[in-house]
Amino acid sequence: MEPVAELQDVSRVYRMGNTEVRALDEISVAFGLGDFWSVMGSSGSGKSTLLNLLGCIDRPTSGAYLVGGRDTKELDDDNLSQLRGADIGFIFQSFNLIPQLDVLENIMVPLFYQESPPLDGEDRARSLAERVGLADRMNHRPGELSGGQQQRVAIARSLINDPSLLLADEATGNLDTQTSREILDLFREFNEEGKTILLVTHEEEIGRQAHHVLRLKDGKIDEIGQGAG
Amino acid sequence: MGSLLLHKLRSLLTTLGVLFGVSSVIAMLAIGEGASEEAQEQIRLLGSQNVIFRSVKPSEDAVSNQSTWSNNYGLTWKDFEAVRDTFPWVTRVVPVRVLMQDVRSGSNLIHPRVLATTSEYLEVTGRLVYQGRFLGVEDQRRIANVCVLGYEVARSFFPIRSAIGEKIKIGPEYFEVVGVLLPRVPIGNDVPLPGVGITSEVLIPLSTGRRWFGDMQVKIRSGSRDIEVVELHEVIAAVDLPQHVPLAAAAGRELLARRHRQADYEVVVPLELLARAEETKRIFNIVLGCIAGISLLVGGIGIMNVMLATVTERTREIGIRRALGAKKKHIMMQFLVETVVLSVGGGLVGIGVGIAIPSAVEYWADMRTIVTIDAPILAFGISVSIGLIFGLYPAWQAANMDPVEALRHE
Repeated sequence: MEPVAELQDVSRVYRMGNTEVRALDEISVAFGLGDFWSVMGSSGSGKSTLLNLLGCIDRPTSGAYLVGGRDTKELDDDNLSQLRGADIGFIFQSFNLIPQLDVLENIMVPLFYQESPPLDGEDRARSLAERVGLADRMNHRPGELSGGQQQRVAIARSLINDPSLLLADEATGNLDTQTSREILDLFREFNEEGKTILLVTHEEEIGRQAHHVLRLKDGKIDEIGQGAG
Repeated sequence: MGSLLLHKLRSLLTTLGVLFGVSSVIAMLAIGEGASEEAQEQIRLLGSQNVIFRSVKPSEDAVSNQSTWSNNYGLTWKDFEAVRDTFPWVTRVVPVRVLMQDVRSGSNLIHPRVLATTSEYLEVTGRLVYQGRFLGVEDQRRIANVCVLGYEVARSFFPIRSAIGEKIKIGPEYFEVVGVLLPRVPIGNDVPLPGVGITSEVLIPLSTGRRWFGDMQVKIRSGSRDIEVVELHEVIAAVDLPQHVPLAAAAGRELLARRHRQADYEVVVPLELLARAEETKRIFNIVLGCIAGISLLVGGIGIMNVMLATVTERTREIGIRRALGAKKKHIMMQFLVETVVLSVGGGLVGIGVGIAIPSAVEYWADMRTIVTIDAPILAFGISVSIGLIFGLYPAWQAANMDPVEALRHE
């Protein structure tokens, strides 16, 4: 199957003064369409760096990153932004909603940055809000929602442009066990509809739910295994 | 945009700088425009095609070495004839004498300027008759005891009925009122007499004035007697064409300089005053421009300061928006629009305040002000550009943030 995202010998080196930090060291991995991955590793293992690269908010120092077969090296800042908005959905640990916008507006934010925003954007946002169980919260501000609800808004937002790849960074890290399970169920649901999902987590419990588990250690791939899902 | 409302007080305070800047631009423009208009009108009332020669009392020390019992100075009839006969451009010359006489009507007593002049005075000064007629050639010839009252005098003596046909007393003599003039605004050089406006004046035929009051004026001043002999107080020369005014003025100055050994006269050229008023207005505009420019600069810096703080404060939001697909230009636009909204908001209120100030000044300070249409347009343009100029750097900074760093920002 054609991979949605593929890393070829990707390294990311940070320069701190005179010392070089190899956050990622020659990583090659391909994420297929409809896969459900978890990325695990202790802190400092390169999880976040990997996620930033996959999300196109950072560029590799060497190696190639292909999204839908396109090499991101050939894309300028604007094109990368366009790619992020259209093909990649972000979900963060701290939800990262915009506090002054209500639920519906938050879900619609990525639409504004599209070159040709769909005409039915608001309908789409409404149905997504209903999908994630926020039908009665559409006009609330993030401050008026619980953590679980906020994460649902973030998930709806990540799906508004119908991307093929969802990147979740410790998406359940700030939530209790019950809520985490619900959020995970949502991910599973969308995965079954064909979304490729990448779950970065350090919780064994969560990580095992995915189909594939990528373990990182010191910027290198430690192991690629099968999950329970 | 919502974030502006989120920090209502901060946004409000930020806009104050632009608000004051813009309102001061409009207010000062209006006041300046009004003042210059007023000055120009006054000068025009002197007659822009006139050259006015006035008698001036020479300074004391110049007089003291003269041992005469009286103080003779000023313009003479010979001067008048010289002015009338020397220049080809002068079409009319009007002599004016100012008499120090009390004017009474019944028990009412006032001290207006009593002017003895000829019938051409009206035409040369551009004054207008309100009621009745002006002094005629016939009055002059007959040495008639007739007078024309200034509007103020007529109103204070005859508040209800018409002044025409009434008798008033000038000095010891009775005069019949034949006309009333329309009021005019005070003119720069004329110092109003205490208690009466400058428009309070009474005009009588020159010949009549000469007959009853002569050339000598006696002033009693703190016990000492001051005797002044002045033949003519003013000679107004009307010139045929505006472009001949400077020639006539120069020639007139030279003529009088030759005829007078002391500086007991002055030459007033309204056209020159007009030019000077233009120059004053130009300087005023430059000063005003600087002041307004500084206050707008300060306002702009204030806005920039707040926007920089806002950008730092919203670093995370910028990161989020970038992660959600916002391009640099989107972030740039967002902050630029916010800055422009701030400055335009301040500017619009400033325009309102700026238009209100002149009316307040008009009401309280009794000054004329003129708000031209281009002042608010200019002010609006200025506030938009302030927003653009001072918003550019913060917006640029916001747009060029590293998304990874921005997302990590707490």
